[in-house]
Amino acid sequence: MHGLVNRSLQCFLRDTYGSDLWCRIAEEAGIDSVGFEALLMYDDAITDHLIDASIKWLGKPRDALLEDLGIYLARLEAPRRLLRFGGVDFVDFLQSLDELPERVHLAVPDLEIPELRLSSIGGGRFTLECKGRMPGFGSVFAGVLRAMADDYGALALIDLAQTASASELIQIELLEMEFASGRHFELALPERGA
Amino acid sequence: MMDGNLHDDPLLVGEGALGQMMPMYLRVSPSGHIRSVGPTLAKLCRGNDLRGARLLEVFELRKPHPVQTMEAFGKLAGQRLHLALRDGSKTALRGMALRLPEGQGYVINLSFGIAAAEAVREHNLTNADFAPTDLTVELLYLTEVKAAVMEELAALNLRLQCAQRAAEEQALTDALTGLANRRALDQTLDRTVEAIRRGGRAFTFMHIDLDFFKAVNDTLGHAAGDLVLTHVSKVLREAARKGDTVSRVGGDEFAMILPGMVDEADILRMARRIITELEMPIEFEGQPCHISASVGATISRIYETPDPDRILSDADTALYASKRAGRGRCTVYQPGMTLPDVEDEARSTRRT
Repeated sequence: MHGLVNRSLQCFLRDTYGSDLWCRIAEEAGIDSVGFEALLMYDDAITDHLIDASIKWLGKPRDALLEDLGIYLARLEAPRRLLRFGGVDFVDFLQSLDELPERVHLAVPDLEIPELRLSSIGGGRFTLECKGRMPGFGSVFAGVLRAMADDYGALALIDLAQTASASELIQIELLEMEFASGRHFELALPERGA
Repeated sequence: MMDGNLHDDPLLVGEGALGQMMPMYLRVSPSGHIRSVGPTLAKLCRGNDLRGARLLEVFELRKPHPVQTMEAFGKLAGQRLHLALRDGSKTALRGMALRLPEGQGYVINLSFGIAAAEAVREHNLTNADFAPTDLTVELLYLTEVKAAVMEELAALNLRLQCAQRAAEEQALTDALTGLANRRALDQTLDRTVEAIRRGGRAFTFMHIDLDFFKAVNDTLGHAAGDLVLTHVSKVLREAARKGDTVSRVGGDEFAMILPGMVDEADILRMARRIITELEMPIEFEGQPCHISASVGATISRIYETPDPDRILSDADTALYASKRAGRGRCTVYQPGMTLPDVEDEARSTRRT
């Protein structure tokens, strides 16, 4: 698994639950508590151990844990900005999700994320299909969508549907596009030191 | 009927629609007066209405070449143009002019060049200021993500470099005393000898062997032994001058490289000072620990071609002479000094 995924988990656990708990989870998972390098690759099993240890210590179901991770990530300024490049409003953003894996590859060529397909089923309802090698990304994306709806100021119901197939399905129901004012976004960052 | 007459069917597009398709378009009369402007381009001009202004007074044409007249400008229709706004911002633009039929003038479509981020920042542009087909926003995304990845890479390199340095330091340091270890001493000795060959300073090599250390270890335990060794390292460090190397080369053996100290009297004085200091009792859990030290030294100047192995062995010979003469003293090696026949036997017992 790409170090970015493991590093995300590490930062999420440490920032949300504190260093002590992170160290305990790392120990349980058999990982050095110094953690991961974002740009190195790690064995897939390490990620599984880390998630299992987190579930045990936090007493949270897997889906809820991964959804919280998605919310955490989309609220960090750097990823939030990169996601906001996707569209001018929440629907525009949803429509750009099919391109997200391509965008991710432009940034980090060896980071593997699932194929995403958004379908509009009318009445402000959408489904997002996540098809990937590692299950769990669906929950992470559900969290990302929740955080991004807030960011755009849209009111939406987002749920992970139970499916029998290998792919994960997120159901999105947009109730109001401009529910709140949303967060400010400027295309270009201010110049360094300015 | 219309389908059959495609060639003569003029394309009628209103200014609003044109602005939607090409938010940075300009429509210019044959005389060079600006007649209408796309919304994003209008934003770039900070509220100055360009309509009625002369194209070549608002824009500076840089490439393919500057022009002064609309006649000259007209010849560049269809080519890639590099322009800049003449106002303070000097925002660089690229574009293409299309000559309209029947003397209607020109439509010019502009876009940002490679410095898009700067222009977007300066003019506070948003996603909505770009045509849906325009990849400028993707360019901004890439710029930002590249900066983030590069920053992470630079940080990773720094961490790896620090880890490497720490590992190297660890490999050359004695864990208990923090002094240079045997390996570090060998490296420094090699370097110092090499430096002499290139005209560097002469030096003295000093071998210091603790006396009665085993007794301390045996009667008061390893903790006392460790305390003594730490104390010895402190004494040697304090005796050392800037540029000297102090190392622990074995259990109770130390060595010093003293560049520039080549006078026998100076060497003996320094050794005497060290030995006196080491003979002061060290307190361990209310008990005094007594040690002393024997020292053997050799001066690089006595060798025609200094050789590290030879230096080590001669310092050892001098050290052995100190031991035989009753310990707690220093001997400086003299050419021709040899060990008696009992050497091997004595050596094997000395370090116990």
